[in-house]
Amino acid sequence: MTGEDPKLAAYAHPERLVTTQWLAEQITAGRIGGPDGIVLLESDEDVLLYDTGHIPGALKIDWHLDLNDPVTRDYVDGARFAEVMGSRGIARDTTVVIYGDKSNWWAAYALWVFSLFGHEDVRLVDGGRAKWVAEGRELTREVPTPQPVEYPVAERDDAPIRAFKDDVLAHLGKPLVDVRSPGEYTGELLHMPDYPQEGAMRGGHIPGAKSVPWARAANDDGTFKSRADLEELYLREQGLSPDDDIVAYCRIGERSSHTWFVLTHLLGFESVRNYDGSWTEWGNAVRVPIEK
Amino acid sequence: MHPPAESPAESPAELPAELGEIAADFRSATNDLKLQLLLEFSDELPSLPERYAGRLDQLERVDECQTPLFLVVEVDEADSPADRRVHLFFDAPAESPTTRGFAGILHAGLDGLPAADVLAVPDDAPMRFGLADAVSPLRLRGMAAMLARIKRQVRAKLPAA
Repeated sequence: MTGEDPKLAAYAHPERLVTTQWLAEQITAGRIGGPDGIVLLESDEDVLLYDTGHIPGALKIDWHLDLNDPVTRDYVDGARFAEVMGSRGIARDTTVVIYGDKSNWWAAYALWVFSLFGHEDVRLVDGGRAKWVAEGRELTREVPTPQPVEYPVAERDDAPIRAFKDDVLAHLGKPLVDVRSPGEYTGELLHMPDYPQEGAMRGGHIPGAKSVPWARAANDDGTFKSRADLEELYLREQGLSPDDDIVAYCRIGERSSHTWFVLTHLLGFESVRNYDGSWTEWGNAVRVPIEK
Repeated sequence: MHPPAESPAESPAELPAELGEIAADFRSATNDLKLQLLLEFSDELPSLPERYAGRLDQLERVDECQTPLFLVVEVDEADSPADRRVHLFFDAPAESPTTRGFAGILHAGLDGLPAADVLAVPDDAPMRFGLADAVSPLRLRGMAAMLARIKRQVRAKLPAA
């Protein structure tokens, strides 16, 4: 479906990305929503941004309210995930297209959580919400009413793409990618510049981690860099190889979902795990090793 | 019939009337309706007056919000404490409607009140809107930070006693 765009066609898994132009064509053709249609989701940092206006036909999914367990620091279970999906008219074989604010961090995060549950066909809109808005395309406040469908209760399979603290301890010595800002990596800051400095007792990074801020994989308009540029960055500059066993992390796992997406789907790396505990866990854990 | 007398230490401090009504509206609403209400407050947040437009250096930055927000407080100069009224001005981008919504609530609930009333607003006021389930407790921190900074600015702008 996306093969006509030469930039996308060059990626390892081009079917994971769509352009704003392609999306606009699907909307015009009436392919969004409906029992056999594509389901379009908006996933933002700001819980109200969707409500101020969204791409026609899009439904909201909130990383915190829909995908995180309300009590335990973990994702929802299979039963709750089935509700989240089914209530939005998503069946197990539905094509889901996700876009969001902040260069698609939260869209990539949602895509990664969907992948924990093995939802096969889930894609991002290259450039996300900002590109759609910058192109002057239509936004609406009209909220669609999807026809609920049955979504099977799928067990979450964390091991292939999610790392826990103990996994990271066992991984020390193998490639780690710290995607936070340089100030967070060196330990001067405990959160991104311009954000509240909260959430960790210690600053610094996990020993041996390479500093590759997520933004280096994105263009100024929020789109992903070309495959050639990404290979230059991760393969040649950082010396990573597609068959490396890699763990990526940030502060709570949203920015590293962006990098996980780049390495896994755009460059075709086979073993990349996202450590969602990230710095808010590592920087608060007793006696784990830290480098400054 | 009279309610039993309680010492102030035992009963939680009340919200000013207007803010209390807004809090009651939120508390009685479903989660979807709470978001709708918050969006209305975001939409209705007045833009900066001419004298502050483009002069964000004159405003205090609230870093605790997910997206930084700027605010400034003015207090009327008057001899009578009741006439020392507080005026609130906020600036937050349209892409941050939750932050704007919090600012809108505080503006609607506190703008124009005497300084003493604003200073008496309990610090836990943001927790009294039943918003934790609708927007997550994480996101509520921003409103508490705004309130703390408003009160600090009011204190600093009152004539020394």
